[in-house]
Formats: sequence, structure tokens, C-alpha cells
Amino acid sequence: MAMISGDTHRLRLIVRYTILGLIAVMFVFPLVFMIVSSFKPDLQLLTDTGSLRAFLPVGDISVNNYLAAFRRAPVGLFIFNSVVVTGVTVVLSLLVCSAAAFAFVFVEWRGRDLILTIILATLIVPFETIAIPLLLLASKLPWIGAEGLTFGWLNSYRVQIVPFVADGLAIFLFVQYFKDLPGELIEAARVEGASWGQIYRKVVMPLAGPVLATVAILKFLAMYNQYLWPLMVVQEETYRPVMVGLQYFFQLNRAWGEIMAYLSLITVPVLVFYLVLQRAFIASIASTGVKG
Amino acid sequence: MNRRSLIAGLMLATAFSATSAYAQTTLSMWYHGAGNEVEIKLINELVTDFNASQADWKVELQSFPQAAYNDSVTAGALAGNLPDIIDVDGPNMPNWAWAGYLQPLTIDETKIANFLPGTKGVWNGKLYSIGLWDAAISLVTRKSTLDALGLRVPTLDQPWTKDEFMDALAKAKSSGKYEFALDLGTAWTGEWFPYAFSPFLQSFGGDIVDRTTYKTSEGALNGEAAQTFGTWWQGLFTDGYAQATQDPADRDSGFANGKYAFSWNGNWAALGALAAFDDVLFLPAPDFGNGSKIGAASWQFGVSAKSQHPDGASKFIEFALQDKYLANFSNGIGLIPATPTAAAMTENYKPGGPLNVFFDLSAKQGFVRPVTPGYVVQAKVFEKALADIAKGAEVTATLDAAVDEINADIEKNSGYGH
Repeated sequence: MAMISGDTHRLRLIVRYTILGLIAVMFVFPLVFMIVSSFKPDLQLLTDTGSLRAFLPVGDISVNNYLAAFRRAPVGLFIFNSVVVTGVTVVLSLLVCSAAAFAFVFVEWRGRDLILTIILATLIVPFETIAIPLLLLASKLPWIGAEGLTFGWLNSYRVQIVPFVADGLAIFLFVQYFKDLPGELIEAARVEGASWGQIYRKVVMPLAGPVLATVAILKFLAMYNQYLWPLMVVQEETYRPVMVGLQYFFQLNRAWGEIMAYLSLITVPVLVFYLVLQRAFIASIASTGVKG
Repeated sequence: MNRRSLIAGLMLATAFSATSAYAQTTLSMWYHGAGNEVEIKLINELVTDFNASQADWKVELQSFPQAAYNDSVTAGALAGNLPDIIDVDGPNMPNWAWAGYLQPLTIDETKIANFLPGTKGVWNGKLYSIGLWDAAISLVTRKSTLDALGLRVPTLDQPWTKDEFMDALAKAKSSGKYEFALDLGTAWTGEWFPYAFSPFLQSFGGDIVDRTTYKTSEGALNGEAAQTFGTWWQGLFTDGYAQATQDPADRDSGFANGKYAFSWNGNWAALGALAAFDDVLFLPAPDFGNGSKIGAASWQFGVSAKSQHPDGASKFIEFALQDKYLANFSNGIGLIPATPTAAAMTENYKPGGPLNVFFDLSAKQGFVRPVTPGYVVQAKVFEKALADIAKGAEVTATLDAAVDEINADIEKNSGYGH
């Protein structure tokens, strides 16, 4: 019986790993295709798509597509713009949304539930429906800068950042997470005379690693993939992000190798961000706990 | 005049001349060519030349990728942020004029008297835009293909009839040498469908909309001629002559790889075909009964309605209309120069040049898409109808539904000012 049980276990493991392996391959193959194709000339790239050669770095391999991509578009500028807009939005969003959620969960004030309900209701409103009113608003907002008081936020980083700092989904995730934190922690801190600000900074936020990582990843991806909004509010190349920049490569006769090279380049910040945050995510889970 | 007043006079004169140097008024300009290295280089040269040619105006260029350009202009118009000079795709011009994005051009029209008809953006009797080039489509094939299939070479004066065209497709198919007889470019979506295929419908005697009133598609898109066209169109796919859905890679390289006997493609792809074979022919569109027709009108320059400096914007556009710039753009990006004199200055379109046939095609067969603000909607409805019919949808019902959709849009927009 023990032998049969061991064989069954091994068989299950083999089946499980085979299925997981196949799923992993399905996810990895498009990335492999993208990176491998970015080193091939167009004709070879198109010919190889019909066979497994599409996933192998064989044939006429060179970095010509990368050089051509940099000639066609200011790739570095686009990546810089996207990283700035995304990075600043993520940081501000984590601060603002966590503070808002803290106020909703731990502080008692009149109208709290109603306002939280209204904020959560914004989750069902697609961005496309508010894009035009938001554009009209952004085009008339005042700003005080080096040129003094001006009106209109178009063609700037702030117009790509500020509308996305407060986020109903992020607030919802923080609220759900904070609700599960032990109430004794907050009560103990209050008894010790800690202010709400101190409790937020020194008690709640150090325990919020997993939700911070989750919100950061979701926000990063949403912001990095922004297309419609920057298309509407940014007319100057100086502030253009990567997804609008991708359109530089869709000419009538498409240079697929350059497109793959550009996509490989703009994927790098996403991978770096994920790898960095993956560690933070695991570390947060490992360090979270309440001593009795 | 004493010495002091002379010095004062000189100082004043210097100050005035300095003021005039600084008084160059800035004109903003949006252009759709970002990502096209050659096109951007050419437009930058044009702007630089204009700025250096006079002291009153300074054009500042902002380039957009073509795929994002129309949406950017629409958003810019909503936000009240349009530049002085914009370029506009020919068939979109009436919509932009109707929507208040453009104002009529005030250029000297004697300067465009010899321009190809498709380059002039006229709506409601007024010139709103003017193009430096046009584009044209031809039926691309090889002389050796025609010889092997026993087909005559059609000419502008004597294009293939419908029967001759269908005979050519049948012979190509039965030869067994090609995967498909005809490459229609169905991999390309969007404007390609109305640009490339509505001239077939017009040659059959139908149209996307009734051009006598522009208030209905009834009879034009679902009349007898349109039904015949729809049945013929569907037959191209059900009979196995062409693909209803096509791999983009086949569109890019299928003809060069010998997959197709004929390719319905534009002059922008012609140099690629010439590089692939030494016996390429660019044939005129077949005549399906009402004359050979191909699409006309490409990108054109216009002045935004909000521009405070239409005089300066017009000066820039007039400056751009010089033959040398028409020829530069043609040599650079392969499009058809707007005038015969400019064509004579180019390598490809001069008499005897490898692409000269496209100049004649554009001049003689070019037919603008419906000149109405509603075209932007009608084009999408037409594209969907043709794609559906190609994939097997019932012809009459599909065309009737398209007519209903177009008419509803025209009614919703109170006739688009017609």
C-alpha cells in the first residue's frame, strides 16, 4: 500500500508540474518571442513566425532594431516620462489612499460611511466616461510656476499625475486590510497617548506591507499603461509617455523588429519594479505579526 | 541735423530694427509624421526654410504619430488648444470644417491651379485644405504573370472590364501557382477599406452615400448597383480568390514571396514591389461599368478656426506649395507630387520614371471619398459592412443595415449642414 501511495504521489507531482510547466510556458513564450524577435531583421522575423524558430535566437541576429528604434523615436525620453509619472503617482497614491482609508477605518466622524460609499461607487464609473469633462477641467485649472499664474495644465507631468492620485480601488483595498488589523493595537496606542498621525505612521503603516505592495503593483501597471489620457492632454513630445510613443512605430509599412525592440525596452522598468517589489512583498509578509 | 540728433536717430533706427527682429510672431503647427524619420526631416527643413525666408512669422512644429493624430486634434479642439496650422487627412476635412476646427484658406488660388484634383480640400464651395501630394492605388502584378496567364496588359484608356478582371483571377487560381489570386490587403483595417474598396462600389454605379444631397444612403449603398457590387465582393472570398482575413505579414511580403498573382496596393508600397521583381506592372483599376476609379485625397494643410494669425498660416502654406518641396516630399516618402512640374523634378514620377504611371492614375482615375462631415461615421459603417459580407453575411440585409445606420447618424446630426 505504501508503495502504491508513493507512486500515486509521484504521479500526481509529475502531472502537477507538467501542467504548471505548460502554463508557465504559455506565459513566458510571448515574452521570449518579443525579445528574440527584437534581434531579427523584419523579413526573417515574419518568416520565422510559422515555426519554432520564432522563439530561438537563430539566423541573422543583431542589435540593428534597437539602434533603429532609438533613431525613430526618443525612446529614453518616453521611458523617463513614464517612470516619472508612474513613480510619483504610485508614491502619492499610496500616501493619500492609505491616509484616507485610515480615516475611514479608525477615526469616527460624521458622514464617514456615506462618503466611503460614494468613493466606492466611483469604481463602477469607467474612466472613458469622465475623460472629456476631466479634459475640460484640466485645460482651465490654474497653476503658479516660473511664469507666474497661468491657466491650463495641458502638456505637463502634473496633468498626468494629479487626477490619478486618489483612487477608489486603492482606498477600498487599504480599508479592507486595515479592518483586519487587531483593534487592540490601536487602542493600546491611544491609551499610551499617541496621536492619530503617530498611530498612522508608527503602528498602522509598518504593518501594511502586503497591501502597500499590492496597491503599488496595481497602480504601477495602470499608470505605466496609460494611453487615452496622455493622448488627450499631452501634445508636446517632451511629456509623451511610452504607450503613446509606441504609435511612432505603427507606420503604414510596419517595422516589426523595431516594434519588438521598443516593447522589450519599455518592459524593462516593469520587470525591475516587479522584482524589487516582489522582495518587499515577501519581506512584509514575513515580518508582519502581533506579539501576544 | 546736429551730431546728437544723428546719434539719437541711429539709436532709434537700431532699436526699431531690433524690435522688428524680435517681433516675429509665433505660429504653432501640428503634423502627423512622428516616427517617420524621413518625413520629419522634410517637414523640419520646410519649417526652417520658411522661418529663415521672412521676418514676420516663426512656425513652431509639434509632431504626432499618425495613429494618434486625429484623436489628439479632437481632444485639442475640445480643450480649446488647437494650433494655427494643422494637417488633416483629406476625407476628414469636411468633418473638421463642419465641427469648427478649420477655417477656409485664404491662399492665392492661382498657385494651385495645376494641382491634382485630389489634393484640393473643397467643402461647401470653399477651399479648406491643400495637399502637397496625393496617393493612388493600382493593381500590382508582373508582366511574366500576365504572359503566362495569356492576359492583355490593360491601360488607362482601356482598362480591364469586369469580365476580363474575373477571367484574370480565375486563370491565376486555376494555374495552381499562387496561394491566392488576389491580395486585397484585408489585413489593413480602418480607412483602408473605404479608401481602397469604395471605388469598386462607385465603379459598379453605387456609392457610400447619395452625393446629390448627402442626406441619405438609401439607394446608393443598397440599390441595385450596390447589391451587385456586394454579391461580387462576397464572391471574391467564397470563390477562393482572396482572403477575408489576412495575416499582416502576408500583406507586407506576400506578393514579393509569390503568394499572390495580383496585389491591390498603393504607390507607397510600389518601390518595394520594384525591388522584388524586375517586371512589375502597375495596372489601372478595372472598369465595373461606370468607369475605372481609385481613391483620392491624402494629407493636407489647413488653418485652425481658432488661429489668431490666419494670414501668417496662409503664408506658410503658400510657401510650402513650391515645387521643390513637393518634389522633396515625393522623393523622400514616395508620394505623388501635386503638380506635373514637381513630378518632373522627381526620380520616380518624372516622365519615364518607374512610378510615373501613378501620376496619371491619380489625375485620371482619382475620385474623392464622399465630401461630407458624416463621412467619418460612414467610413466605419462601410468598413464593417464589407468585412461582414466578406465573412459570409447576407448581402442585402447587411447593406440595408448599413444604410439604416448611416441615415440615423445623418438625422442625428441634422443633416450635417447639407
